[in-house]
Amino acid sequence: MNDVILRARGVRKRFGATEVLKGIDLDVRSGEVLCVIGPSGSGKSTLLRCFNHLEQIDAGRVWMDGELIGYEQHGPSGHVLRERRPRDIRRQRERIGMVFQRFHLFPHRTAVQNVMEGPVAVKGLSRVQAEKQARELLDHVGLADRADHYPGQLSGGQQQRVAIARALAMEPALMLFDEPTSALDPELVGEVLGVMRDLARSGMTMVVVTHEMGFAREVADRVLFMDQGAVVEAGTPELLFTDPRHERTRAFLSTVL
Amino acid sequence: MTHRKMPGAALGAAPAAATTDAIPPEEDLSLQVTRRPRPGRWLAVLAAALFAVWLAYTVIVNPNLHWDIVAKYQFDGVILKGLGVTIQLTLVSMALGIVIGVLVAVMQLSDSPVLRLTAGAYTWFFRGTPLLVQLIFWFNLALLFPVISIGVPFDGPKLISWQSNQVITGFVAALLGLSINEGAYMAEIVRAGIQSVDPGQREAGASIGMSNRQILSRIILPQAMRVIIPPFGNQFISMLKTTSLVSVIAGADLMTVSQHLYLANFEVVALLLVASLWYLVLTTIASIGQHAVERRYSPGAAPPLRRRVLANLVPGRARKEATA
Ligand SMILES: Nc1ncnc2c1ncn2[C@@H]1O[C@H](COP(=O)(O)OP(=O)(O)OP(=O)(O)O)[C@@H](O)[C@H]1O
Ligand SMILES: [Mg+2]
Repeated sequence: MNDVILRARGVRKRFGATEVLKGIDLDVRSGEVLCVIGPSGSGKSTLLRCFNHLEQIDAGRVWMDGELIGYEQHGPSGHVLRERRPRDIRRQRERIGMVFQRFHLFPHRTAVQNVMEGPVAVKGLSRVQAEKQARELLDHVGLADRADHYPGQLSGGQQQRVAIARALAMEPALMLFDEPTSALDPELVGEVLGVMRDLARSGMTMVVVTHEMGFAREVADRVLFMDQGAVVEAGTPELLFTDPRHERTRAFLSTVL
Repeated sequence: MTHRKMPGAALGAAPAAATTDAIPPEEDLSLQVTRRPRPGRWLAVLAAALFAVWLAYTVIVNPNLHWDIVAKYQFDGVILKGLGVTIQLTLVSMALGIVIGVLVAVMQLSDSPVLRLTAGAYTWFFRGTPLLVQLIFWFNLALLFPVISIGVPFDGPKLISWQSNQVITGFVAALLGLSINEGAYMAEIVRAGIQSVDPGQREAGASIGMSNRQILSRIILPQAMRVIIPPFGNQFISMLKTTSLVSVIAGADLMTVSQHLYLANFEVVALLLVASLWYLVLTTIASIGQHAVERRYSPGAAPPLRRRVLANLVPGRARKEATA
């Protein structure tokens, strides 16, 4: 098997009094597609957001390529975590692309400008270079002819594809998807899943929170079921979908399949 | 779930007279829709017009209003110089006000309690005390700090120092007072603008590795403009007139020079009229600019005022405008 690119151990997160993540362990291997499923409120989005430090964690560790995400170890035995400098956090985020449920495209920028934003502002690419790359990426997601439209002039499916291109423009080593098709009309889901399928085939490492069981079954290398802030079980799609070991997994699957 | 409108569900079926309720025969379906005639409106327009004419007449023919004096001073060199100062004061203090406003707004929204408290105290103080008092205070800064210097604090050695009296001229005091006061108001406006932007925008920026400053300047502020521009326009127009307050500290603005003139020749009303006409010119230009800018930042917003007024008055015209 390939190397582990993302490793989480004992990740805990609380919002006020409620503990949303209760000690998550997981490994994501390079080139792997990991689908995360689970009922609403089980902490799937929060977990993803801990991976690129959009959320601070209360305990545990997340490593990307062996480097601790968001924190540095201090103290004699390295048990004290201190948040990294903003510059280091940004450097780490560059390598992790994120696609949001509600797209969050920049509405004052055209599709191609959205995709160029990261390379120009963060990587310091020239506008000419960035635009060339952005148009190629938009072509890849089937939107060459929509490059100069504003997000408001695009359908949900098109917006989400632009958002995927925007994340890819940073040439990330890992892509996080948080229910990328949940905000879409049913007839637009397919085009976004199609782009994600192509991306998976091209060897991208992906963690996908999704309710699309068909997609998980077809594309995922492993599926992970979360409930109430904990990983209940994980395994290949065949195993998890046809022969779940836990009652809770079975109960959840019976509601969505 | 997305909510789809039931076709026709939103059309409130108004109860109509029985005679008009019947479905017209096939060939009549191309009936034209027009507005209900409103004779009351025309009466109101007529009354208002008559009143305006009468008012203008009494003012124009009033022998106590020395129009010849007004004409003499309207383009007088001294007045024009004051006008220039007024424009300068407005532009510079608005520009400084924006800079301060953005800074204070960002401080108010920061994680640091110290910054938040500082910013809060600033807006609290400068919005809570009269601008007139602030202006007089800045002008008399020398009473409090006779010498201004750069160097080591607490009586340490100084690099440079000035006499406050020489540095704080009326104009400088006016600029200080106006921009620091304006900054407090702009801070609130900018803060509301920043808060109007979806927090997801910040996260999207962060997720591609942008710094907080880049997120603010490239993502948040451009989107906040839509909320910031209208009140900013009002502040600008208001500032054009607020500058007249600096006449109490010899700010050399339009109001100050008008005052100096009428204190010498006793043509109080005529010179106030001269000044007022100039203020009207300035605010009119600013309003037109405001309208243009607002339209630019909110495409598809209200049509120009002139069209709306005409459309409301002329029943048939409304449809033409709508289809044009
Ligand atoms: N910023 C926040 N402040 C307080 N509570 C939060 C916050 N974000 C999430 N939560 C809570 O944490 C819990 C887990 O939320 P999360 O969004 O991670 O769930 P999820 O599995 O992604 O659910 P869904 O499928 O509905 O997206 C929920 O109970 C939610 O209300
Ligand atoms: Mg979620």
